[in-house]
Amino acid sequence: MIEIKNIFKKFGKLEVLNDVNLTFSKGECIALIGPNGCGKTTLIKSILGMVIPTKGDILFDKKSILNKYKYRDQIGYMPQIGRYPDYMTVGQIIEMIKKIRNSDEVLDEDLIKAFELEKIFDKQMRTLSGGTTQKVSAILAFLFNPQVLILDEPTAGLDPLASEILKEKIIKEREKGKLILITSHLLSELDDMISQIIFMQDGKVHFHKSISDLLESTNEQKISKAIAKILKSESHEQNH
Amino acid sequence: MNRIIKIIFLDILKNKIVLGYTLILALLSWSSFGLEDNSAKGLLTILNVILFTVPLVSILFATIYLYNSSEFIELLLSQPIKRKKIWLSLFLGLSLSMVAAFFIGAGIPLLINAPDSVGLMMVIVGCLISLVFVALAFLSSILTRDKAKGIGISIMSWLFFALLFDGLVLFLLFQFSDYPIEKAMVAVTALSPIDLARIQILLQLDVSAMMGYTGAIFKDFFGTAIGLSVSFLLLCLWVIIPFWVSLEKFKNKDL
Repeated sequence: MIEIKNIFKKFGKLEVLNDVNLTFSKGECIALIGPNGCGKTTLIKSILGMVIPTKGDILFDKKSILNKYKYRDQIGYMPQIGRYPDYMTVGQIIEMIKKIRNSDEVLDEDLIKAFELEKIFDKQMRTLSGGTTQKVSAILAFLFNPQVLILDEPTAGLDPLASEILKEKIIKEREKGKLILITSHLLSELDDMISQIIFMQDGKVHFHKSISDLLESTNEQKISKAIAKILKSESHEQNH
Repeated sequence: MNRIIKIIFLDILKNKIVLGYTLILALLSWSSFGLEDNSAKGLLTILNVILFTVPLVSILFATIYLYNSSEFIELLLSQPIKRKKIWLSLFLGLSLSMVAAFFIGAGIPLLINAPDSVGLMMVIVGCLISLVFVALAFLSSILTRDKAKGIGISIMSWLFFALLFDGLVLFLLFQFSDYPIEKAMVAVTALSPIDLARIQILLQLDVSAMMGYTGAIFKDFFGTAIGLSVSFLLLCLWVIIPFWVSLEKFKNKDL
């Protein structure tokens, strides 16, 4: 569904993405992991057209997305740090996005109910805590029933109850055959959600494996342990 | 597009600054007509308002508004909307509100107290000047990510066009007074929207000697219908070119 072909991105002299090639297909739930500053968010923003790659192409449903916008109809995006106009209320933001999208699709308001957000519809965005802002971001990402969900650190800042609600929602959407892209540092949280894993380092894709492959090749039960094992063995090799 | 313009326009209307700006313009205009029975003197006061206050408020307000709506722009960019549409809607929303503020504050008293070609010319020129400086604000805010720098660039460009440029022209005139440079000077005025506006109004007012030196010199050159339409065209270019450059930059900006 999404193909990333030889993407390069430079911010000034800093190379953030260096020849990234990836293919994401429908029905997968893919985790994008890697150390801070390895280019995860830049990669996600390139898919969204918020960052324009220096070189390379991104295909969405086999069509290039460069200089296009219509394909974003199909994408729900939850940013790492949601930034919203300070003086708008929660209700106004949701209303505004509904108006802008103007979509005929049935709206998915499950999360509004699950997070009990109706109670704070008349609160201004600047008065909200980080976690509540994340809830608003999550609601907006899921609201229009998009075919692709891109979630940048979705559970960071959410309380355990809310992050559990969000995880259940993600699993439910995955079962509907949607493509879900998640970046996260909390490997333990990903265990029961994801089907593939991508490890990035220094702007390059280190490996792209399915979970079963990963667990099999390392003889581990947990993703976090498997990743740790791979990284350890590599640093071991480098030292010798 | 209309939906986004409407959202922006309503958001600006909620902002008390534009309301205050309208009120101050209205106060200045009505009082300057009320104090003198000679409407020409009132017109001169308003001319100063058009040449100094309107550009300053337009460029500063628009720049600050653009920096403050960076979150809003980011939010819109993740939605299925063209970049061009976002930038154009912001421009139209901002210019609509600045022009509306000018028209309600200064335009209405002008048309009531001086219902002739001078009054009409002032309203048109005032609206155009608002647009020019909103466009310049778009340019300065796209040049840098840093809010303080962006506002600095805005203030500097206002200072340049409102005060420094006239000084420079005066300096050039004195330095090269031995040479026949009058025709070259006409071309030089095209480099400042405020001077273009001043000349257009002064030609209608016939008090050119009272205002800046540039105004006095060019009466002969811009007196014709062709001169007038050329200077209008130049003012329009002052709106289109800065905005177009900022649009091209915005299309390739990383957020």
